Amino acid sequence: MFLIDCPYCKESRDQNEFSPAGEAFIARPQNPEELSDDEWADYVFYRTNHKGDHWEQWVHTNGCRKFFLVKRSTISHEILEVAAFGEVTSENKS
Amino acid sequence: MQKKYSWYSLLKAGLGNQEWDQAIPLSKPKSKYDVIIIGGGGHGLATAYYLAKECGITNVAVLEKGYIGGGNTGRNTTIIRSNYLRDEASSLYEHSMRLWEGLSEDLNFNVMFSQRGVYNLGHTLQDMRDIERRVNANVLNGVDAVVVDHKEIKEQIPIINTSKNARYPIMGASFQARAGVARHDGVAWGFARAASNLGVDIIQNCEVIDIEVEEGRVKGVKTTLGDIMSDRVGCVSAGHSSVVAKMAGLRLPVESHPLQAFVSEAMKPILHTVVMSNAVHGYVSQSDKGDLVIGAGIDGYNSYAQRGSAKIVEHCAAAILELFPIFSRVRMNRQWGGIVDVCPDACPVISPTKIEGLYFNCGWGTGGFKATPGSGNVFAHTIAQDKQHELAVPFHIDRFTSGALIDEHGAAGVAH
Repeated sequence: MFLIDCPYCKESRDQNEFSPAGEAFIARPQNPEELSDDEWADYVFYRTNHKGDHWEQWVHTNGCRKFFLVKRSTISHEILEVAAFGEVTSENKS
Repeated sequence: MQKKYSWYSLLKAGLGNQEWDQAIPLSKPKSKYDVIIIGGGGHGLATAYYLAKECGITNVAVLEKGYIGGGNTGRNTTIIRSNYLRDEASSLYEHSMRLWEGLSEDLNFNVMFSQRGVYNLGHTLQDMRDIERRVNANVLNGVDAVVVDHKEIKEQIPIINTSKNARYPIMGASFQARAGVARHDGVAWGFARAASNLGVDIIQNCEVIDIEVEEGRVKGVKTTLGDIMSDRVGCVSAGHSSVVAKMAGLRLPVESHPLQAFVSEAMKPILHTVVMSNAVHGYVSQSDKGDLVIGAGIDGYNSYAQRGSAKIVEHCAAAILELFPIFSRVRMNRQWGGIVDVCPDACPVISPTKIEGLYFNCGWGTGGFKATPGSGNVFAHTIAQDKQHELAVPFHIDRFTSGALIDEHGAAGVAH
């Protein structure tokens, strides 16, 4: 159980209000017609499943219902950073 | 070390209460093996056992970073069943069930396999239609299964709440009589002992820190106890599969989640069978020791922490009390989480990889324990022949590229 700071509601709320929504920064391919089956498989099914500090998406289901980014340790569950989409990208993430 | 347990060995050691030999020898790694298995849980130990017994490969090491059976093998709720919907899945789990049925004799170790039956409850009309469909599929596949109505459930399990006033009234269930439970630690110990009797080295406290790959071929592993060479490596590391895959530069279609369970204080016998419900999401049985063994669902977020959210515990406890109001004052003794690696289609990967000589057996998600002997058996043949065992063919990792997924999520992806 942990508290999450919703970057939109600007409040620290119980995890129960939120739902996890998978790994962050998985961009939909720009050139879908040119992708091989392997590349599609990687986009749709393969994940880094990182052990350690992990960027992921959460949604404030029982609050503002907006999606946002969370950097969380998958070892300790500690939340290290919270950001709205656009504030952090795959290029400038810590 | 005693090679074989028997009435005579029990009597001989018991009379003097001495000469209780160590069950499994402690091994130090050699510099080279024919096959290395990464992960000393049930599936890894079973793989080593069947490699030695059925494939004639005895120069095998099982490398375990902690102690054998200390991961998910010792953390699950021990339910064994084979009533899966899809042909591919039910053949694999039924193969495992048949091995369970002779396992104690085969291993010369009592794994306390108890075929006490499993009820999978249905709470809505759609649940019942799905149950009818699954039972019919099971019967066609030679798996024993029947549909029972709520009256029969009440007759068999008098303490269950079949009232129409329940939040989710019980309408019926599927019942598999050959299903049941086993002693999870005993399964790890039994396979380890039987494998080491055939010459396999079981090496504990030996963590693999890197996998050596040269020109697309596996060469060996680096461990905390030194380098070990082998041109065939099988990875059976459950929740940590992605971590091991990364050592070889591979990605996997799995994500790791915490799955929780808890046990109560020991009580007199009150529940003689296993009751599972996908709809309200909980499952319960009573161990031979007397404690209620209760399983919950997974947390939706990724984790390697071996603990989950209180929310899941609360949800599961509510479900169990809905089914069994009589348990409302039972005190819980312990609660824990295991890290399960879940595939998008809730079916495992038993497969070679792009790296020659490197094989993966992973993605068992929330239901791997029941498959322990079958998984080890087909994985051993897959490694020995460098060709998938026929039952493992549908579980190739390439199904995520071809799209031939085995859609078991709806039928079995929730409760295990």
